[in-house]
Amino acid sequence: MSSIAFSRETLALVDDILSRYPEGCKKSALLPVLHLAQQELGGWLSPDVMNYVAELLKLSPIEVYEVATFYTLFRLQPTGKYVLEVCQTGPCCLMGAEKTVADLEKKLGITVGQTTADGLFTLKTVECLASCGSAPMMRVDDAYYEHLTDSKLDQILDAFKKGQTPS
Amino acid sequence: MNILLEHLSVENIDTFEVYRKLGGYASVEKALRMAPMDVVEEVKKSGLRGRGGAGFPTGLKWSFIDRKSGKPRYLVCNADEGEPGTFKDRFLMEKLPHRLVEGMIVSSFALESHTAYIYIRGELMWIGKKLEKAIQEAYANGFLGKNILGTGYDLDIYVHPGAGAYICGEESALLESLEGKRGLPRMKPPFPAVSGLFACPTVINNVESLSAVPWIINKGGDAYAKIGVGKSAGTKLFSACGQIKKPGVYEIEMGITVEDFIYSEKYCGGLLEGRTLKAVIPGGSSTPILPPHLVTKTASGEPRLMTYESLSEGGFESGSMLGSGGFIVLDNTACIVRNTWNFSRFYHHESCGQCSPCREGTGWLEKVLYRIEHGQGRPEDLDLLLDITKKIDGKTICSFGAAACWPIASAIRHFEHEFKAHIDKTAPHLDGCCVHKQEASVARHHH
Repeated sequence: MSSIAFSRETLALVDDILSRYPEGCKKSALLPVLHLAQQELGGWLSPDVMNYVAELLKLSPIEVYEVATFYTLFRLQPTGKYVLEVCQTGPCCLMGAEKTVADLEKKLGITVGQTTADGLFTLKTVECLASCGSAPMMRVDDAYYEHLTDSKLDQILDAFKKGQTPS
Repeated sequence: MNILLEHLSVENIDTFEVYRKLGGYASVEKALRMAPMDVVEEVKKSGLRGRGGAGFPTGLKWSFIDRKSGKPRYLVCNADEGEPGTFKDRFLMEKLPHRLVEGMIVSSFALESHTAYIYIRGELMWIGKKLEKAIQEAYANGFLGKNILGTGYDLDIYVHPGAGAYICGEESALLESLEGKRGLPRMKPPFPAVSGLFACPTVINNVESLSAVPWIINKGGDAYAKIGVGKSAGTKLFSACGQIKKPGVYEIEMGITVEDFIYSEKYCGGLLEGRTLKAVIPGGSSTPILPPHLVTKTASGEPRLMTYESLSEGGFESGSMLGSGGFIVLDNTACIVRNTWNFSRFYHHESCGQCSPCREGTGWLEKVLYRIEHGQGRPEDLDLLLDITKKIDGKTICSFGAAACWPIASAIRHFEHEFKAHIDKTAPHLDGCCVHKQEASVARHHH
């Protein structure tokens, strides 16, 4: 538990985030700080990470757990290095999103919800990402990959395998 | 006519320098020398209506804010765009971040608010970072912070990320989320104008609504009201998607015909080669689906227009709604049952779980639609679906429950034959449709 801690820079950022909300309303910082925790402390919100956030924001642990379990962007289990989130909502499906999912399953040798044996990719389906006009699409980390085709998927996966960010 | 998307194609229009050179922030210079109530009055006169989906008059909403409580007042920008089919706020923020910031400064001044938040969905934080950069530039140039333009007016704007919950687009759920809690809609009253964020008077406005404010202040509310038709004043962004040639975000003067919007080269560019129109969902997934004969004409034979009034003409029997402007086109290769099941899965997934009718009902709707789509439908299933929708609609704290029911009730109303053909397995083979397959790949993804 004691080994879990933000870097000095992130702690300064947490202070900055806290300053955005009035006195007595500092709980507002919870969502932004949970995002930081997920990014910096292992890619998911383990109970220890959530307890650390609770301590940092002077909240009781249950206040953190109930929020972390409500929002889909917070991961409650470890994932692969890259989480491929393919939109599967209606408008994307009209443009072939179901095939995109099937193609990715084939290319990665896993099914939705699984992680590749090398720990590189986790495949997920998600609901509408406000990208309906550029379907099919997926989100990986903080980027959108749109107008996906079979060859574009290959390029993206290849880039990630080389540790690069796809263009 | 471009109001919201003016200068869209200018290089580096997302920087303060270029935006300012082309007249950006002029409305701040003008508004801050007016009385706040006069700014409200101008927006009232414009006839601007909330562009998030509800269409409530923006100026009227502003006039409800409690100015006498002695508590701080807040403006919150709802940038939690997530209604399937809708991607116009995202486009506006990505391309023209300064227009939103400018609109928020003027709007905050009108509300005599000194702190404003942009609640942006967590998945869009890469755009949130663009907004943060625009905000930093506005501070650096004296348009935010203390004593803006020497007028004595102070304002701070902060970007606040959500974390993946459609329900947080509902304004009281958004406030709960912004307070660091689960996004559960609040009972109303009290309304946010009296007790909103941190129990203080609050106005929540959509990105597109706030982005229209600079033009209204620069050119006057009367000039804005002259654009469009009747109570559908001004321009509106529509995000067009589905099976059309040119998906994208289009700014239209309200009042053009739906036919023009679908088939004109200026907008959707028509259907894909060799396809015919099967249905349109004109205002986002929650709005009722329309069959071809009700898309371009109303039931009384009038041309259907892109206005709040015309799109809802005929009520739920034969009309739909303008909603959020998420315009989804389905052609003859699309399976209505599959699309309806898909939406029902979305609503089940996104129900916050607070009210039993919605929490349980959306799950039942999804299950029944799943079995119809997968060849296990029963003759009584359509009555069952309609019965469930009646037990959700109007029986929940927020309007999410109703929004989950309308797509289903309207699909059954206008495409009953397709549902029946699935149940008795006489449906034609369509792309992706599962009625003829024992097990589809997507079935594995079902929870």
